[in-house]
Amino acid sequence: MEFDASYSAKKFKSVGTRPDRPDGVDKVTGRARYGADFNMPGQLIGLILRSPHAHAKIKKIDTSKAEKLKGVKAVITAADLPDLTGGDSDLYDILDNCMARKKALYDGHAVAAVAAIDAKTAKQALKLIKVDYKILPHVTDVDQAVDPKAPLIQEKLVTGGVDPKPTKPSNIANVSQYGHGNTDKGFKSADFIVERNYKTEQTHQGYIEPHACVANVSSDGSADLWVCTQGHFVYRQNCADLLGLDVSKLRVTASEIGGGFGGKTHVWSEPVALALSRKAGRPVKLTMTRDEVFRASGPASATSIDVKIGADKNGVITAAVATLRYSCGPYAGMWAELGAMTSFACYDLKNVKTIGNEVLVNRPKTAAYRAPSAPMAAFAVESAIDELAHKLGMDPVKFRIKNSAKEGSKSSYGPVYGPIGIGPTLEAVKRHPHMKAPLGKNQGRGMACGFWFNFGGQTCSTLNIGADGTATISVGTIDVGGSRASLSLIAAEELGIPYKHIKAVVADTSTLGYNDMTDGSRGTFSSSIATISAARNAVSVMKERAAKTWDIPVENVEWENGHAVAKGKKYGNLPKLSVKDIAAAAGNTGGPIAGHSELVADGAGVSFATHICDIEVDPETGATKVLRYTVVQDAGKAVHPTYVEGQYQGGAAQGIGWALNEEYIYGDDGRLQNSGFLDYRIPVCSDLPMIDTKILEIPNPNHPYGVRGVGETSIVPPLAAVANAVSNAANVRMTHIPMSPPRILAALNAEKN
Amino acid sequence: MQYERPSSLKDAVDILSKAKGSAHILAGGSDLLVKMKGDFVEPDLIVDIKSIKSLNEIKKTAKGFTIGASVPCAAMGEHAGLKKAWPGVVEAANLIGSKQVQGRCTVVGNLCNASPAADSVPALVAAGAKAVIAGPGRRRTVAVEKIVTAPGRTSLKKGEIIDSIQLEKRPKNSGDAYLRFIPRTEMDIAVVSAGVSLTLDAKGVVKTARVALGAVAPTVLLVKEAAKAIIGTKLEKAAMENLAAACSKACSPIDDKRGTIEFREEVSGVLAKRAAKIAYKRAGAK
Amino acid sequence: MSGIAVSTTINGDDVEYLCQAEETLLDVLRDRLELTGAKEGCGTGDCGACSVMFDGRLVCSCLVLGAEADGCEIETIEGMANGEELHPLQTKFIEHAALQCGICTPGFLIAAKDLLERNPNPTEEEIRFGLAGNLCRCTGYDKIVRAMQDTVKEMKGV
Repeated sequence: MEFDASYSAKKFKSVGTRPDRPDGVDKVTGRARYGADFNMPGQLIGLILRSPHAHAKIKKIDTSKAEKLKGVKAVITAADLPDLTGGDSDLYDILDNCMARKKALYDGHAVAAVAAIDAKTAKQALKLIKVDYKILPHVTDVDQAVDPKAPLIQEKLVTGGVDPKPTKPSNIANVSQYGHGNTDKGFKSADFIVERNYKTEQTHQGYIEPHACVANVSSDGSADLWVCTQGHFVYRQNCADLLGLDVSKLRVTASEIGGGFGGKTHVWSEPVALALSRKAGRPVKLTMTRDEVFRASGPASATSIDVKIGADKNGVITAAVATLRYSCGPYAGMWAELGAMTSFACYDLKNVKTIGNEVLVNRPKTAAYRAPSAPMAAFAVESAIDELAHKLGMDPVKFRIKNSAKEGSKSSYGPVYGPIGIGPTLEAVKRHPHMKAPLGKNQGRGMACGFWFNFGGQTCSTLNIGADGTATISVGTIDVGGSRASLSLIAAEELGIPYKHIKAVVADTSTLGYNDMTDGSRGTFSSSIATISAARNAVSVMKERAAKTWDIPVENVEWENGHAVAKGKKYGNLPKLSVKDIAAAAGNTGGPIAGHSELVADGAGVSFATHICDIEVDPETGATKVLRYTVVQDAGKAVHPTYVEGQYQGGAAQGIGWALNEEYIYGDDGRLQNSGFLDYRIPVCSDLPMIDTKILEIPNPNHPYGVRGVGETSIVPPLAAVANAVSNAANVRMTHIPMSPPRILAALNAEKN
Repeated sequence: MQYERPSSLKDAVDILSKAKGSAHILAGGSDLLVKMKGDFVEPDLIVDIKSIKSLNEIKKTAKGFTIGASVPCAAMGEHAGLKKAWPGVVEAANLIGSKQVQGRCTVVGNLCNASPAADSVPALVAAGAKAVIAGPGRRRTVAVEKIVTAPGRTSLKKGEIIDSIQLEKRPKNSGDAYLRFIPRTEMDIAVVSAGVSLTLDAKGVVKTARVALGAVAPTVLLVKEAAKAIIGTKLEKAAMENLAAACSKACSPIDDKRGTIEFREEVSGVLAKRAAKIAYKRAGAK
Repeated sequence: MSGIAVSTTINGDDVEYLCQAEETLLDVLRDRLELTGAKEGCGTGDCGACSVMFDGRLVCSCLVLGAEADGCEIETIEGMANGEELHPLQTKFIEHAALQCGICTPGFLIAAKDLLERNPNPTEEEIRFGLAGNLCRCTGYDKIVRAMQDTVKEMKGV
């Protein structure tokens, strides 16, 4: 059934309140079950053998000794995961990444796996597997990888997206281009130009829960998978495709998820666990160690970005160009393209051009990380914008306001904007007391803007009315940060019953239709539309039941505050019926009451944020301290404002970590040097101040309540906001992220000399 | 792997002396278990020394303090007398790891792990601390700086256990301090560190001093030139600059995931100056 | 190889188990005793998700051997609430949304309780440094600190 999701203003009773989350007690008492908290009777422990080499040909794998070890029940290599991808190159890349076929393409690439009766035996077995490698030259740096002399990672890969098609292979998988106008002409009319190269190092989502699953494949072709994931339907599809299982016979149950931020949108070891289980004929539990998570899941891209922006003396940007190189790991991706699309999305530009280069390197396969690719592009662009404002002698906020996109602007990536929040966030920042607070010695303030598209996509929900008038809402989007609370509020709003009468559950893949995963800030956006639609369908059923009870035409029944009310002169005196009344009688009026919804949630409203950051720099050591941080972001409509604030704060904190200390460090041997939380330095509690938030609500025209996705945009501005603050505090422009103390001190010394 | 928990030092020494294969002493375990997790060590034998009562105590004696080998660093922070006498040593010990690690880790373990970046070691070296060693042979007492010979290596012989660390009684007008540089505010390994201990004369002039640096060489350095730079001064500007220069000069650091050579050389001097200032103030200088 | 017999007390109950010498206390809690409230985030003492109280001291259970627990007293997240009645910290964590994904929450609560028992009136700085051994990747710590501050207020009866 077609569902009209357009926005109409209304007064809310439940939406916008801040009740306790439904999964709270389980999570504070240790009862909530995450990926590694599940066990099956007779389960084996699976472990994966990983390449210690950045780039090596696999000449031979001898598993015979491991197979003979007592307690080992299965040993697999790529041969046990035959190529069933039928020419689908994306799927082939997933397969090859799960288990290297001909070459190990990065330090940590899986080459074999074992399942044994316990971890100790499995560990011993891994040591008995002999892999004969031929070590090949490698490249891990994104700029070095585009050098024509760099070792080729995929020998036959020829760059796509350029015309004419190159004749020689290279490490650039694809080139994409966006923009409009004539930038050459635009630069000619510029009075001031800033042109620089910016670099960002590779970061990891850093979720605290390592990947974990329990797989059970039966000899009749049916299978179960318990797993922490952001998208169990997508995992089902990928695993079924790679193992040759019928999609409907693989049941995937999502555990509670201990953080994902994009990193759990992709299968890594799950197909391996299933293959081990199939071979052993027993359930297999496979949990990654932290070292494996860093080396062999999917971090974000490392980037190198050239930006050139020109403005006339009135402060109008006349042209803007960015050339972006994003590392993809050893397989093609669309990470630079996302960077190219988002780079200048905050601005109304006459002449703009962005070119994205997808660069292959000997690092793990890049995966989404919260607003994937946007933070690095925003770092480059917002740093240049700030510098340009200084050159113009203009206040950086006013300069941005002057050039910001508005309703009707043609975005740099194509579409024309509807009502958007970039202007309002900038105005709110301009007025914010934070902007006027005094700064001390060696302290600096920076601000920056950020954009993210937000996704919609395929969604379905089922709402069941219980016999006591309470309701269960089954959704297919994973709850990563409190969406069960938000969706319960939405269901309560629609049905007109208290929040406490709703239970939201994430259904497994066998009990609900397909849902896209929780990514692109779509969880609450899309599942709330499906929930509204399902609830309205349930209300229709309840109106029919009331009509039947009263024996009046259904047209004379309306739904008000959780009750069926008879309307019209003739029926006006009938006492209204509550959900409870209608539910209690359901057995006699037509059976159980439910509402369903299957839809494609189109029209996720784009999202903008502007952040302010104060930093103190120790000029003798390059140490930084974040003194104050403010997030202003458009939420469309904040369903559960506390959890919206949580998304703003969490994204900001991750961005601050990225800006200051987080980075993948590779040695000359191509091996990752810091695959642990000791030296991959995510912010600790004492690193951060309180993070102030301001929620703006500019309704999304394509959602019944005006909701926009809120999860990702908050990580986009911090890299630039922090960089601008550090640059202002230290009086030297920082162009390389993270701005670790050695980099800051070196920049200060270079400036001195 | 075998796990032993002897209740006397003699038993521990016996077990270790007879051990075949890879034998490790377990005190707090905050280094050993991490190495086991990463397969960097695969012990055949672990000797847990926490049931040896005499190693569990901080003792105040006429000569100073004795800190037993299995005393967790958190307990050092809770010992008012030790904190008052050797604030630099205690703050260094209390910088190792998190609160969770503090409840387990020991200064002897920190020393025997033989990392050039160990937090407590520069403070102990600056303090002139001594290690008391029990073993199959004679009990011996050795200056802390003689224990570590190279990263991951010590001068201890087979069967030997450091039973305790000795700190002398403080003369009047003495103070010590330890500072380290880390990229975050907590949970990091020192990129550079400096420990300073000094005693002033009645006029506030530095009479004796010891300066030690961490994470700038294969082992913690006792920098005599740095001490010389401040002895006989009131830490005037020139003396401080000489101190910093002596420290930077003494370094022979490496580039690694935690910092660069240039950074370590420069910041070692900065930290030594700052630590000296704190120690000077603690010594009662006006 | 035979296991090591261990008698210990967990959340006030006598518990006996056999474990291998190399097994950590965290392995024992999770895999042998099915007390899965303590989580393994790193296995190297860097994240605090496996925090438990061990003879009155806050520790990472991944850095303690199962064999070491003989004769000791252990408190885990499973013992924090008194039956149905949550500890004030647990209530405040829910109320302030001091958790999003919740994987770090058990470790934070154990560390927070220990902190308040040692220092019933901590400053914001003391809270932040006191909890620095527990990593949270979702919240940016803001709401965790606020939940702590509100608990302090409530426990003082303000």
